[in-house]
Amino acid sequence: MENKKDFLDWITSIDRKFIFAIIAIVVLIPILLGIQEEVQISPSVNSAYRTIENLDSNDVVLISIDYDPASMPELQPMLKAMLRHAFRKDVKVIMMCFWPLGLPIGTQGLEQVAAEYSKAYGKDYVNIGYRPGDRAVMVEMGREIRHFFRTDVSDVPLDSFPLMKDIHNYNDISLVVGLEAGIYGDYWVQYVGSRYNQRIILGVTGVMATQTYPYLQSGQIEGLIGGLKGAAEYETLIGTPGFGLTGMAAQSWAHVAIVVFIIIGNIGYFLTRRREKRFRVEGRR
Amino acid sequence: MKKQVPLLITFLTGFIVIVSFFVPHRPFGILETQVLTWYAIIFGFTMLIGVDSLIRLHVRKTQRRKKGWWYSIVFFAGFLYCFVTGVISLIRTSNPFSPGTVFFYGYRTILIPLQSTMFALLAFFIASASYRAFRARNIDATFLLIAAVIVMIGRVPAGYKLWPRLPEVANWILNVLQMGPMRGVMIGIALGAVAMSLRLILGIERTYLT
Repeated sequence: MENKKDFLDWITSIDRKFIFAIIAIVVLIPILLGIQEEVQISPSVNSAYRTIENLDSNDVVLISIDYDPASMPELQPMLKAMLRHAFRKDVKVIMMCFWPLGLPIGTQGLEQVAAEYSKAYGKDYVNIGYRPGDRAVMVEMGREIRHFFRTDVSDVPLDSFPLMKDIHNYNDISLVVGLEAGIYGDYWVQYVGSRYNQRIILGVTGVMATQTYPYLQSGQIEGLIGGLKGAAEYETLIGTPGFGLTGMAAQSWAHVAIVVFIIIGNIGYFLTRRREKRFRVEGRR
Repeated sequence: MKKQVPLLITFLTGFIVIVSFFVPHRPFGILETQVLTWYAIIFGFTMLIGVDSLIRLHVRKTQRRKKGWWYSIVFFAGFLYCFVTGVISLIRTSNPFSPGTVFFYGYRTILIPLQSTMFALLAFFIASASYRAFRARNIDATFLLIAAVIVMIGRVPAGYKLWPRLPEVANWILNVLQMGPMRGVMIGIALGAVAMSLRLILGIERTYLT
């Protein structure tokens, strides 16, 4: 009876430091050992992949970096995977951002992948940087990009780049890719997709994926890449494993650990309830 | 006059933006461009208001020696560092985020690790909170619990290994069960936004003036 009570006490009041330690272990081990797990491709990511796959060297993709270092582990692998896919197909890339703190990480990703594929700045890709004003900028870019972006991120006039010569508004952009950690994904759909019939793909953090699914089902976006899993799926599709797949192993183990803790918590809850009920019945007798 | 002018500005701005959506030609198209440019400029200045409010808050906290006031000192140190290095970097290069600038060094070595750490802490607290709070106390909580566990496991490789059809079940929950309520919430928010916008444009809602 004493042993049973000890066990019950333990499973109903596991020290949170113990939980933290388990989570740290299950996250660290796969990352340190570089373990990668196979992921199943979901229709939403496949659809995003197909959209870029069907572009050619005449097409231009506008990528908006709407996240900061906090969401970097989820969204940066997506950015790199999509850039690799685009550059592999010789698709031109314009990068911009609405989160000022996202600019350096976006730039770093763009420069790294562009170097891998020997792409030339100004000819194959351009980084037009950050502008405040979110919806106003999005809407006005439908008329003329230069109304808000006269120069690129380094203050060089856009007209001096061969890539930008014939690009003035969304009519000249084949696809908008929004990598989102906030509300800007909704803005792209509501202000650019609906007003200018712009084709859009969204890459969002895991927690945001649920609220973005309605846009996919209604056809307002052409693809949805949700969280680290989405990034891992995209890496699988392009055949270039990266941090998405490594991180996925850590996330997989962490989810299993959380579910195990939930089960333990519920076992403890039901055993305690049963014990209390029994004590009440015995007390009445 | 104090009320009429802001109400008129609000009305005209709202009117121009709405009309130019349907008639994007002259003069509405050009007017909308102007309005949107002003919006972007004002948006930039709202950041200054944010900085001002933040500084005042921390000054008050430090002066009154409120609990945890010394965290405000950390704030001032951080703010000063960003401001000084940002200005210096901006003078030296056109982009303060250029690799090699002092500002970028702070961004790379302080801000990125701090923000990533703050976000990473979520995993630990979610695990602890799930263990403590996620209980099948009644039938509603049980359904929520089952759905959450299926989605959590079904969305990771472990779910596929457990049962190859589990990811399909997780996707079905996301695409069907959660989609209806989510769409309802989004339509509700949109209708609320339309109603509030109309109240603002027509001058019925005036609380922003006070």
